Amino acid sequence: MTAEGTRQEDGSGGGVLLDVRELKVEFRTRDGVAHAVNGVNYRVSAGETLAVLGESGSGKSVTAQAVLGILDTPPGHVTGGEILFHGRDLLRMGAEERRRIRGTRLAMIFQDALSALNPVLSVGTQLGEMFEVHRGMSRKEARGCAAELMDRVRIPAARSRVGDYPHQFSGGMRQRIMIAMALALGPDLIIADEPTTALDVTVQAQVMDLLAELRREYAMGLVLITHDLGVVADVADRIAVMYAGRIVETAPVHDLYRAPAHPYTRGLLDSIPRLDQKGRELYAIKGLPPSLTAIPPGCPFHPRCPKAQDVCRTDRPPLYDVAPGRASACHFWEETISERGDRR
Amino acid sequence: MPEPERPESFQPSGVGTPLPAVEAETVGGPGGTPEVPGAPGAPQGAGVQPAGGRARSLWSDAWHDLRRNPVFVVSGLLILFFLLIAVRPSLLTSTDPLDCDITLSQEGARSGHPFGFDTQGCDVFARTVYGARASVTVGVCATAGAALLGGVLGGLAGFFGGWWDALLSRVADMFFAIPMLLGGLVFLSVVPSGSVWPVVGFIVLLGWPQLARIARGSVLTVKQADFVQAARALGAGNTRLLLRHLAPNAVAPVIVVATIALGTYIALEATLSYLGVGLKPPTVSWGIDISEASKQIRNAPHMLLWPAGALSLTVLAFIMLGDAVRDALDPKLR
Amino acid sequence: MGRYVIRRLLQMVPVFVGATFLIFVMVYALGDPVAALSGDRAPDPATAAQIRRELHLDQPLWQQYLHYMGQIFTGNFGTTFDGQQVLDKMGTAFPVTLRLTAVAVVAEIVVGVTLGVLGGLRRGRLLDSGVLVLTLIVVSVPTFVSGYVLQYLLGVKWAWVSPAVALGAPLDELLLPGCVLALVSLAYVTRLTRTSIAENARADYVRTAVAKGLPRRRIVVRHLLRNSLIPVVTFIGADIGTLMGGAVVTERIFNVHGVGYELYQGIVRQNSPTVVGFVTVLVIVFLLANLIVDLLYAVLDPRIRYA
Repeated sequence: MTAEGTRQEDGSGGGVLLDVRELKVEFRTRDGVAHAVNGVNYRVSAGETLAVLGESGSGKSVTAQAVLGILDTPPGHVTGGEILFHGRDLLRMGAEERRRIRGTRLAMIFQDALSALNPVLSVGTQLGEMFEVHRGMSRKEARGCAAELMDRVRIPAARSRVGDYPHQFSGGMRQRIMIAMALALGPDLIIADEPTTALDVTVQAQVMDLLAELRREYAMGLVLITHDLGVVADVADRIAVMYAGRIVETAPVHDLYRAPAHPYTRGLLDSIPRLDQKGRELYAIKGLPPSLTAIPPGCPFHPRCPKAQDVCRTDRPPLYDVAPGRASACHFWEETISERGDRR
Repeated sequence: MPEPERPESFQPSGVGTPLPAVEAETVGGPGGTPEVPGAPGAPQGAGVQPAGGRARSLWSDAWHDLRRNPVFVVSGLLILFFLLIAVRPSLLTSTDPLDCDITLSQEGARSGHPFGFDTQGCDVFARTVYGARASVTVGVCATAGAALLGGVLGGLAGFFGGWWDALLSRVADMFFAIPMLLGGLVFLSVVPSGSVWPVVGFIVLLGWPQLARIARGSVLTVKQADFVQAARALGAGNTRLLLRHLAPNAVAPVIVVATIALGTYIALEATLSYLGVGLKPPTVSWGIDISEASKQIRNAPHMLLWPAGALSLTVLAFIMLGDAVRDALDPKLR
Repeated sequence: MGRYVIRRLLQMVPVFVGATFLIFVMVYALGDPVAALSGDRAPDPATAAQIRRELHLDQPLWQQYLHYMGQIFTGNFGTTFDGQQVLDKMGTAFPVTLRLTAVAVVAEIVVGVTLGVLGGLRRGRLLDSGVLVLTLIVVSVPTFVSGYVLQYLLGVKWAWVSPAVALGAPLDELLLPGCVLALVSLAYVTRLTRTSIAENARADYVRTAVAKGLPRRRIVVRHLLRNSLIPVVTFIGADIGTLMGGAVVTERIFNVHGVGYELYQGIVRQNSPTVVGFVTVLVIVFLLANLIVDLLYAVLDPRIRYA
C-alpha cells in the first residue's frame, strides 16, 4: 500500500516486534464467504502500546486470533498477507515452532475470563501448566511460580488461593488471573482482546491500570483491542481504527483525538457523551456496519458517511499519508482533518 | 399472531454508547464463528425478541431448514408410508394375515408371497404389513398421551413453582425409579387383555414424567426471558402469559423429545410383545412375530428378517425425525 | 458433602416407598396370587381363604404393604409359592447379573467413549459420519432382534462363541450377552461423548489452552476430555440401574440365569413374592446408582458444591 515504510517511523524505542502486512482472513460458511479481514497493516514496536479500535465485526479480534494462530479453522482461513514477529513470518512457520512461541513470547488476554478459564481445573494448575510445559518444571515448582504470579497481579492471599477454581473468584480477580497467565513467561508482546469489557466500571480502571503498569515493568509491547475510546486515551501510544476488516485510520493517540482524519473516527469521537454538552441530543453514526458477506464497493464506509461523494462509491481509498506516523483511508482526509472538532 | 404487548421500550436505542451499538455481529464473538442470522437458539436465546414474532420466526426458520435436510425428508417419507399402511394395509396386500395354511409352514418365497410363510403357514408379507398398525397406534397414541399429560403437568409446575412443583417432581421421581421394561412386565402381566390399549395406558403412565421434566425445565428457562418479564410488567395475566408467551416458546424441546420417544415406545411395545405380556394374538404385531420367528432362526431366518427389519426401520425413522427436528429448532446443538 | 448425602438419602425414602408401593399394587391388587398359586384348577374356597389369611392377603392393601416392607428390612423377602426362599434366589441371581452388567459397562466405556471421542475430534469427517450412522442403526434395532441375530451369526453360524451361557455364567461366556445388553446404551454413550467433545472443543477455555502454547495432546487430555466426559460418566452411572433391569431380554436370549431370568419366570408363573422382591431390590439399586452419580458429579465438577 501507500508508503508503508514512512507511516510508522515513530516506534518509541526498540525494533519492530510485530508487523502485520496485508493480512486477509475469511470465514467460509453455508451462507457465503464472510470477509472478516481485508488487508490489515499494523506494526507494534517493543515497549509500545497500540490500541486497535472498532465495532463488533470490524475484524479486530479476528486479526488478533490470526496473529496468535488460534483462528477456528474451519471456517476461518488466512488467505493472504504476512505476520512478521521479530522479522519472521508466523504464517510460514511449522505448527510446532509456532506453538512454542505462543505463551512464551506472544501471549493473549481474553475478554471473558470466566469462560476463558477452564472451569474444572484450579487456577494454580492452569497457571502452573505454563511452567510445566514450556519450562519443564515439576508440578510442585510450577505451583510455586503460579502463586508468585498471582501475588504479582495483586490477588490477596495468593498463596492460599492457588487451589481455588475460577468460579470462586470475582470478575476482576479472574481477569487478573488471565493477565497473570499472559505474563507468566515474560512474553515480548501481549494481545489483550477487550480485557475490561466484561467488568464493572469501577473494576475496569483498576485492571487497566494494572495492565499498563505491568506492561511498563516488563517492557512489553501491547496490542489493546477495544471498542471503548475512553479506555484508549489513558494507556495507548497509537491508535489504529478498523472498519469492515480494514484499517481506516492510524495515528498517535493525541493527534487522533485532536483532529481525526477519517469521518468514521470523527463519528466515533462525536458519539461520546460529554458533560459540557448536556442537554444536546447525542450524536450517532447513521446506519449499520456492512455485512461482511457483502461489503460495499469503493469506500466501505460510504453508505454511512456524511461526506460521501461519487468517487467514494467507486474507488476504494488507499491509506494516505497524513503526517509522519499518521495515515487515513479517506479521499477527503484533508478536509476532514481541518474541520473543527465540534458537533453539528 | 397479534402482538399488542410488544415492549417497545426494550428495543436497543443505539444512541449514547461509545460506539453506535448495533451488535449486528457477523463475525467475531468468542467462537469467532459467524452466527447464522435469524436462526435463534431455542429456548435459551429466547430473551432477545418479543414472543409473537419470535415464535413465528423460530418455527418458520425450522421449517425452512427442515425441508432442505435430507434426513428429515427421508424419515418423513418413511413415516408417511408407515402411517399409510397402518391405516390402509389393504393397499399393499390383499392377503389376510390371519388366513394361514399350516401345510405351507416355513415355506420360502413364492409368487404372490414375496416373504414366504411363517410356522403357522401365514403369509409373512401380509403379517409384516398388518403389523405396522399395532406399532404405529401404540407409538402415536402413547406419545400423544404422555406428551399431553407430561407437558401440561410439567409446564404448570414450572410456571407456578411452589408446593405444586415440589409434589409433582417427587411423584415424577417415583415413576422414574421404575425402569420402563420392568414396570411394563409387571403391570401388563396382570392385565388379561392383549389389545393395544393397556399397552398405551401403561406407556403413558410411566412415560409422562420424562416429558414433564423437559416441559418444566423449558418453561423455567423461558420464564426468565426478558420478553416474559416485560409482558408481566405490562400487566399480562397468568393465562395470557402461559398461552401467548410461554407455551409457544417452551414447546419446542417437548416436541423434540416426544418424537424421539415415539421411536423408543414402538421398540418398547415390540419388546413387551416379544416377552409375551404386550400384545397377544390375534393382534398382529411385529414383536409377536419376531418372538415366534426367533425360535426357528436356524431353520427359517426369513421369518425373523422381515418383521425385524420393518420394526427397526420404523424406530429409525422416528429417531431420525426427532434428530432432524432438534437440529432445526436448536441450532446450537449442531 | 456428608450432610448432602444424608439429605439425599432421606429424599430417597418417599420415592422408594412410592415406587415399591406402585409395584406392590400392580402385583397384589390387580393380579390374583391365590388363583396363580392353585394353577389351572379352581381353588377350593376354604383353602383359598386360608391361604389368603396366611399371606395377609385378606388385609387392606396398605397393611399388606407395611407388613411386607417390615419383613424386607429384617432381611426376609418371603418364600415363593413353591417353597423357595426369595433371598436364596437373589443370592444366586444377582452375582450373575452384576457380572453381565459389568461386561456391558466396560463395553460402553471402551467402545462407546472411544468412538465418541474420535468422532467428536473429527467432526464432520468420514469417520464421524460413519459412527453417527452406525449409532442410529444400533439405537433403532431392539435388543431382542440384535441379540438373536448376533447369537445366530457368532454363536451358531460361525461358532466363535458359545451361543448359550452355562449355569455358573463364567465371564468369558458373558462377553457376547454383555455386549448385546450394552448395545443401545453404547450407541447413546457414543453420541453423547461426540456431542460433548464437539461442543467443548469450541469452548473458550480450549482456545485459551491453545493460546498458552500447550501441545495438542495435553489440550485434548487435560482440558477437553476432563470437561467433556462429565456428562458421559453420569450417563453411564445412571445406566447401571437401567441395564440391570433391562437384562430380562438378554438373559432370556442367552439363557443366563440372572435377575432378569428369575424375574421373568416369576412373572410368567405369577410368583408374586419373587416379582416384588426382585423389583424392590432393583429399585434400590437404581436409586443408589443415581445418588452415586450425583456425588460423582460434585467430585468431577468443582462448580457444583453441595451444602
